Amino acid sequence: MNFEEHAGKALLAAAGIAIPEGRLATSADAAARAAAELGAVVIKAQVPIGKRGKAGGVRTADSPTAARARAAQILGMEIGGHRVERVLVEQRFDIARELYAAVLNDPACKSPLVLFSTLGGMDIEEVAAKQPDAVRRTPVDIRAGFDEDAARALIRGLALGDAEPRSATLLAQLYHAYRANDAELLEINPLSLTDDGELVALDCKFVMDDSGAQRRPELAAQGVSDAATELERRGRNLGLRFIELDGEVGVLANGAGLTMTTLDVIARHGGRAANFLEIGGDAYVKGKPALELVLANPRVKSLLINFCGAIARTDVMMEGVVAAWEALRPEVPAFFTVHGTGEDEAIQMLRERLGIEPYDALDNAVQAAVEAAR
Amino acid sequence: MIVRGTDRVLVQGITGRQASFWTERMQAYGTRVIGGVNPKKAGTTHCNVPVYGSAREAMEARRFEASVIIVPPLAVCAAALDAIEAGAQKLVVLTEHTPVQDVMVLLAAARDNGARVVGPNTAGLVTPGECFVGFMPAFNERIFRPGQIGVISRSGSLGTLACLYLLRAGLGQSAFIGIGGDPILGTTMRDALVELDRDERTDGVLLVGEIGGVTEEDAAEYAADMKKPVVAFIAGGASPPGKRMGHAGAIVMGTSGSYASKRAALERAGVNVLGTPSDVGTAMAEALK
Repeated sequence: MNFEEHAGKALLAAAGIAIPEGRLATSADAAARAAAELGAVVIKAQVPIGKRGKAGGVRTADSPTAARARAAQILGMEIGGHRVERVLVEQRFDIARELYAAVLNDPACKSPLVLFSTLGGMDIEEVAAKQPDAVRRTPVDIRAGFDEDAARALIRGLALGDAEPRSATLLAQLYHAYRANDAELLEINPLSLTDDGELVALDCKFVMDDSGAQRRPELAAQGVSDAATELERRGRNLGLRFIELDGEVGVLANGAGLTMTTLDVIARHGGRAANFLEIGGDAYVKGKPALELVLANPRVKSLLINFCGAIARTDVMMEGVVAAWEALRPEVPAFFTVHGTGEDEAIQMLRERLGIEPYDALDNAVQAAVEAAR
Repeated sequence: MIVRGTDRVLVQGITGRQASFWTERMQAYGTRVIGGVNPKKAGTTHCNVPVYGSAREAMEARRFEASVIIVPPLAVCAAALDAIEAGAQKLVVLTEHTPVQDVMVLLAAARDNGARVVGPNTAGLVTPGECFVGFMPAFNERIFRPGQIGVISRSGSLGTLACLYLLRAGLGQSAFIGIGGDPILGTTMRDALVELDRDERTDGVLLVGEIGGVTEEDAAEYAADMKKPVVAFIAGGASPPGKRMGHAGAIVMGTSGSYASKRAALERAGVNVLGTPSDVGTAMAEALK
């Protein structure tokens, strides 16, 4: 789950890391008022993606009038598919150096990874590719944690001067914030070393582990939903993993792997899927609302139902599908392929109640569905 | 991470609805379930086996080698630590949505104690004709039969379909290893591939991967030097980038985790990567000639 910059910065501040003084503004007037209080400011679009600067979403202003004009330009912009609803108006700093600090979940080490670099302000992957020596990294034994001593060992020899002890303190604080908030990634880039020798987090990227959200509901409520469309919001409210796509073949399958494969095989036969929707895992009892959701998309011209039951019992899923079908009586042609746990009962139900014969082979069912959608 | 009929198995969370359904099927198939855990129902009997208050208590009463964990996501870490401290050698974590930081804690403990973890978010392990653990239709003879092909899959449903297509080409399975759909896994695709490469009953390996992470790329490095043929299907080539496709681990960020990267790495290693799971059986039969 992604968060906007201001939400991530609040977590940093709570851990003792300095952030610029700032105000959230949803209007140009509010931005002007904030600038009147703060002086020279930077105005930043609050959308949960990087490269906001390149898109014109980050501008400086030296007066309330200028702040009003800049905010008016930024508010309402569309950046990476996100409409800018608010800006962060922040006190501007004189920067001596830009550093980089982050903690993230690393699948290779199967542990947290702490990163630090003296080359901040740039994409860290690019820095790491060009100057591997400029990026320090260390895996952490998550049971032992990461303290200032460990941080000092990581950054030793980076010619940080007086900023070295402060950097070590900051890294330990950052690690604490990462642990306390179920972060998947907590990144400060740039981390500014000011003329006064202070370390200030000028930007913050916080991505929360979706599975950690269940124990931090208040924080999770501040996250940016990835449900972008009305149907996706409806799916989320039903507890279904629904992603709207731009094709014509409606898809209902079980399990992430099988559903992705269904989209792949549709593409292989020249068709385009209208959605991703899987009812595997604990969702296999939701066949009825799931099918209703697929059919609520007016672009759907044919329907492909692909079940291969492991944990998800195909007889239970089919019961839901048949119930939705009998309630909605849709006009779109439907093509089924059913295998695995409960298949005999599921296929019998399909024949008796809907009078439909399933396809045995996945590719044949897909071909028929793609053909029918043309 | 191959399960054997000789393995004695504990089911942590045995009294749950799903756990009960699948424990009965495991027992019927021949898996040696020696007991279960539910601290609130210790001392009772469930699925004809004793329920203990903890894995430690279970180990004191009756030895076991493997523990299957089917408890709520926020209880997974404590359950796994309990099993590791009790001395379990294999942990199979079926639960989905375990917080990743909890997973890292339990994996660190497992590493220190020499325990092997499969999952989290795995559908389980099958050794056809012998035993299975997890949520797998091992008992469906149109899908699983004893044979010579080792199957490694991130997905339960797709792995099951792949086994069906193997069987239609006349190929049974030596072992099915579900590694799980989470971003951080106890057993990687490479770990499983190494084990199947060493397994005497396995003559060829089918990899069933998906977008996200680098476990397929990592496995490809090992596959390059294998004598046994390896065939693969990777799901998610048609999925949009930046979206989490059902599994927590199935997401393409930038170029990392992309279908193209996985396919290229596997093909460089001499692995036949197929465009549809329907072809896995015929391609494997061809590769074994």
